Amino acid sequence: MAQRILIADDEENIVISLEFLMKREGFEVLIARDGEQALEMIRAELPDLVLLDVMMPKKSGFEVCQEIKTDPRLGTVKILMLTAKGRETEIAKGLALGADAYVTKPFSTKDLVERIRAMLAD
Amino acid sequence: MKAETRFRIAIVVLALLMTGPFLVTTSVIWYRFTEAEREALIELAGPWLPLGGSLTAIAFLGGVLVVRNLYRRYVRGLLQMAENQQLMLEANRDFRIAETGPPEVRAVARATNALADQRDALLSDIEAQIQRANRSVEEEKNRLGALMAELTQSVVVCNLNGRILLYNSRARHEFRSMSNAPGMAGGGELIGLGRSIYAVFDRNVLNHALETIQDGLRREVSQPVAHFITTGPGGQLLRVRMSPVLPSAGTEPADAEPSERRLTGFILMLENITQDFERELRRDQMMHRLTEGNRAALANIRAASEMLEYPDLETDLRKRFQKLIHDEVEAMSDTLDRTASEFADTLKAHWPLMEMLGADLLAAAQRHIESRLEVTVRLAELDESIWVRVDSYSLLQALLFLVSRLVEDLEVREVSFRLTGTGRLVHLDLMWPGPELSTGKALSWELAQMSLAGESSPLTVRDVIDRHGGEIWLEQDKNGNEASFFRLLLPATSPREQIEPSIFIRSEGRPEYYDFDLFKWSERSQELDDRLLTELTYTVFDTETTGLNPSEGDEIIQIGASRIVNGKMLRFESFEQLVDPRRSLSPESIPIHGIQPEMLVGQPTIDKVLPAFHAFASDTVLIGHNAAFDMRFLQMKEKLTGLVFDQPVLDTLFLAAVVHPHQDSHRLEAIAERLNVPVVGRHTALGDAIVTGEVFLRMLPLLAEKGIRTLREAREAAEQTFYARIKY
Repeated sequence: MAQRILIADDEENIVISLEFLMKREGFEVLIARDGEQALEMIRAELPDLVLLDVMMPKKSGFEVCQEIKTDPRLGTVKILMLTAKGRETEIAKGLALGADAYVTKPFSTKDLVERIRAMLAD
Repeated sequence: MKAETRFRIAIVVLALLMTGPFLVTTSVIWYRFTEAEREALIELAGPWLPLGGSLTAIAFLGGVLVVRNLYRRYVRGLLQMAENQQLMLEANRDFRIAETGPPEVRAVARATNALADQRDALLSDIEAQIQRANRSVEEEKNRLGALMAELTQSVVVCNLNGRILLYNSRARHEFRSMSNAPGMAGGGELIGLGRSIYAVFDRNVLNHALETIQDGLRREVSQPVAHFITTGPGGQLLRVRMSPVLPSAGTEPADAEPSERRLTGFILMLENITQDFERELRRDQMMHRLTEGNRAALANIRAASEMLEYPDLETDLRKRFQKLIHDEVEAMSDTLDRTASEFADTLKAHWPLMEMLGADLLAAAQRHIESRLEVTVRLAELDESIWVRVDSYSLLQALLFLVSRLVEDLEVREVSFRLTGTGRLVHLDLMWPGPELSTGKALSWELAQMSLAGESSPLTVRDVIDRHGGEIWLEQDKNGNEASFFRLLLPATSPREQIEPSIFIRSEGRPEYYDFDLFKWSERSQELDDRLLTELTYTVFDTETTGLNPSEGDEIIQIGASRIVNGKMLRFESFEQLVDPRRSLSPESIPIHGIQPEMLVGQPTIDKVLPAFHAFASDTVLIGHNAAFDMRFLQMKEKLTGLVFDQPVLDTLFLAAVVHPHQDSHRLEAIAERLNVPVVGRHTALGDAIVTGEVFLRMLPLLAEKGIRTLREAREAAEQTFYARIKY
């Protein structure tokens, strides 16, 4: 069965590329446009990995990350934070809240794919 | 042994000396004689016995008189002198001993008086020296005051209770901009000698800073200071540096541990950083927009461009990615432009303008341009008296840029400057012989970002000129005789900036911005009523009104007030404000106060003015002449403003009746004349308030003579005259 990835980002222009990329890599892709929708879909669909943007309407990526990681039923969901916030403090916060990886924009798509593969192989 | 007893003993001894030898001789003869001889002796001497006895008695009396006289003149005289000396020593320095009595006593009196004279001379010499010393201290204080006034940094010195002892005009300026009632008290309700700094700054913030300093003192830091940033009453951001005032080395006990070095007050240096802060905030936002803001867009573009590399991309999707990249890049360019122009704005805001002699500016321009371009610069006409306010760097840059365009585009080899003045404006003309310049080209130079030899500035010539509050255009000669030239119009300025002309209007001399005697102030727990009149803080005030009947709708049209602190009239801490009464003036009142109706147009209304006056008068005793009249007007407004003037009030009208009960007139002019107070600016509210204050200060010693020293005593005395007047 294909592994499932949820892309949670409110910015259409990155979602197009990520969706294309992930599908091409053989993943099943789900898309959420804000923090609340992302949380709902994670609970309903239990994806293998979430590409989580920090700056989203309704709920920030940090909040979503925290809620997932404190919910034991969602323990298998891996989180890769994908964000424009590149300050050291923010990276530390993301990792402290339980993100499995933290990638700052802009990023190389090739590296991203490798990263995702490595995370899902664990 | 008392002198009297010694006198008695002397009398007895005298009696013994006069009778003793005779009686002893007689006894010896009597024992040697036979019976017959004794009888013969009695027969011979017996009849002479009464004569001898009475002669002896008379001689004795004479002796007693002599002794008594000596006693009186020498013993008693010296005793009296001793008493007088005591008097000279203690009660009456000027008393001198009368030179009476025998020569010896007179000599002692003379010597004593001479000693007293010498002592007096010494004492008055010491007094003179003390006065001289005081004068030099006073001079030093004045010098310090003058120095403070010239400082461009705001300085406020407070005692430990937070009472202001000194401030400089810069601080006053700063506080004026903080005041919520601008133009009225001029910040005077916030800053003033003897006022509490806590009205401006949060007590906790200051206390914390004081603790920091005390901590520093304990740890023997060489310069214990505390820095903090706080907000002013109007939301301004202030950077404050607090340093301690320590007792000077001599006044501290020699054995005091450093940890016991006691603060006597503190110095605050203030800097209003509101604008700096806002500017920095804007810069931060710009930086943020350029960094973080671009990350997302770059990520979108990069991801999309990497997707485009896949050969199996469908045409539709390819087009979408291409459009995406196009849109994102465009958006990024917009952001960049916007940020760049904002950055140029902050650059502009940053320029401080400086006064400069026009001739100096052009001489600098000549050097600047000739050193960078192959062109000759002449200074044609130069008005040497012209001063301009410029940022010379940017202005020279603009001139250089214009000349460089002329050189490059029109191949001009020689330019000249002309500087002329027309009243409030200065013309700076840039002229050149030869090729005409089109208006369109001139405008394009004006609006282009200045660049020269690879260096470019985000600013345009127009930006630079705008910043100077000027204009620039290409002047076309109408007669066609001369070529066109660039004209820069700049506002003229006078060589010295006058920061606060209003300060210098009111009187001669330097403002009373300090009073170090306030260091000795301690907050007394006593009731106000029991405090001495000489140590209270007063607000003397007066109002001008539309008429005499507040209950019939008459209104205040002017309030004037000044402060008395530590027995000194602080004319520079004054409050003067016209008030729009929202009704017409009665024509008969106009000659009295001299306020014309049109002067009140656009003035604030009473509900705006009273809060400022209330703050100005807070914490003080009010003084007015016929204050009851003014108080009625204030009380009529209590409902409207919710402000109650419930502080004690003294009325110089009643106090005058206490001091001079037998005078007919207690009008302010009459009292001022009696007390030798010069009357100036009478019948403006502030003028009257100041005269009232001076009158009050001169009354204080007269009241003290009548035993009236405290506020309570003054109020009671005034009330009595009031009742007395009612009875008549």
